[in-house]
Amino acid sequence: MYSEKVLKEFRHPKNLGKIHNPDGLGKVGNPVCGDLLWIYIKVGKNKKGQEIIKDIKVKTFGCVAALATSSKLTTMAKGMTLDEALKINKEKIAKELDGLPPQKMHCSVLSMDGLRRAIEDYRNKKAGRIEPSKKQPSRSSCRHRNKKGNGKSN
Amino acid sequence: MKRIYLDHAATTPLDERVLNAMQPFFWQKFGNASSVHSFGTEAREAVEKSRETVAKAINARPEEIYFTSGGTESDNIAILEIAYANRERGKHIVTSKIEHHAVEETCKFLEKDGFMASWLGVDKEGLVDLGEVGNAVTGKTILVSVMHANNEIGTIEPIVEIGKICREKGAFFHTDAVQSVGKEKIDVNKMNIDLLSSSAHKFYGPKGAGFLFVKEGTEIQPLMHGGGHERGLRSGTENVPGIVGLAAALEIAEKEREKENARERILAKKLLKGALGIENSWLNGPAIGPKRLSNNVNLGFDFVEGESMVLMLSDKGIAASTGSACSSKSLEPSHVLRAIGLPHVKCHGSLRFSLGRGTTAKDIDYVLGALPRIVEKLRKISPLRKGVDISEFEEDIEHVHGHEH
Repeated sequence: MYSEKVLKEFRHPKNLGKIHNPDGLGKVGNPVCGDLLWIYIKVGKNKKGQEIIKDIKVKTFGCVAALATSSKLTTMAKGMTLDEALKINKEKIAKELDGLPPQKMHCSVLSMDGLRRAIEDYRNKKAGRIEPSKKQPSRSSCRHRNKKGNGKSN
Repeated sequence: MKRIYLDHAATTPLDERVLNAMQPFFWQKFGNASSVHSFGTEAREAVEKSRETVAKAINARPEEIYFTSGGTESDNIAILEIAYANRERGKHIVTSKIEHHAVEETCKFLEKDGFMASWLGVDKEGLVDLGEVGNAVTGKTILVSVMHANNEIGTIEPIVEIGKICREKGAFFHTDAVQSVGKEKIDVNKMNIDLLSSSAHKFYGPKGAGFLFVKEGTEIQPLMHGGGHERGLRSGTENVPGIVGLAAALEIAEKEREKENARERILAKKLLKGALGIENSWLNGPAIGPKRLSNNVNLGFDFVEGESMVLMLSDKGIAASTGSACSSKSLEPSHVLRAIGLPHVKCHGSLRFSLGRGTTAKDIDYVLGALPRIVEKLRKISPLRKGVDISEFEEDIEHVHGHEH
């Protein structure tokens, strides 16, 4: 069912764990199968002065594909500028893993969403903006919501 | 690497004695059981002798046994053909929420075809409520289908009492006994059963062979039309080696049943006791005892996901299975675990071990050595732990999955 690369990534995962006092935190849950994932980032600068992902860690509750894509995404994103990291998409992650079973493609979407939330969280905090989730207490929508990171490691 | 197979509810290895019984029928006694010549006759004799063996094992008459390709086919014939043959009497069927997909999907198909189905709920142990059965079965009910033993959590349903209710109310009673034949004593007369499905590969027989018991006088029509084999109910050249293997396997299973059940129950208790030593774990289904198949241990572990556990166990040579959504094609968690009231996130953490004849105490020790480390490893990388609030995600999940029967 899984490619050799997926199995290798699952057996030898990278960047699993958490960062204390992260610059950005993205928490996402997948409504399709119930996987959950927290992404922590530390932001630094490269020689050109661009903001880069200096360190990244992920905590994942999920299946083999969820763990493998979490590991692969963090490996890909580490060292990238924030703008480059935002361009990572599910196809790129899947390609790096020699493909995913069709019903597991959403796992790569989940880790990608987590990273986007973490970057957004960092940028919001930097701009001194109030957490959007705190401004919207009403929960009328039942669509897939990604929980915004609050910047505090827990 | 040492390999330990603890997935006997999925399938069992063929018993060597069964293989020996089957072998001549592949090539020396290869005749078509419908042929008049001696090749045909010896095949026919083998099929009929097998039929007698099966009938004796469940206290039926040989002419009430129909050989099929397995559990799925038996369930389909029983449910569809009772429904279509009796639709003039009423278009209502009753089944449970924890049936195998072969029953569940067949009943759903009938719902689309104008029948009405009532889906019986279960308690936290997976047991159907007899009061609910009594209320659900009405004068319009033509069929009740409730499994004998559940494949995931091992619950043994009160089928004697369900059968009695059906007799009183004039509805046919079918039971999917795929998990229980060879493990639990079955007497179709004492148990008030009209139709019973079984599959050989669950009791150390070959895959592709099963049978359906249909009580004499039951109005049923064929699913497979053709040469009129199996007294017109199931056309198609008889799978002679498969039928011979099924009968041989059942005979052995019946002979060894009590002794083997007692042995497996001791091992199951050992496994359960050791596994519950891991923090935040629990047993799904009834306590080990008369309400549970002796070989089934279905555990739950908080904060970890089943498919990851199954693959990590497999890397240690251990074969188990899970009811996690992630390991199913539909990405739905087990409908059985949902029916006993487990929230989604807990369904994900389920792990089923099903023991068998080859399982030893040493195997259990090996599993108990590997399992805590695997759970610990996955918990370390999980964002979940006691006190982490995931209610917001849960709500999303509930909403997407919230379509019960």
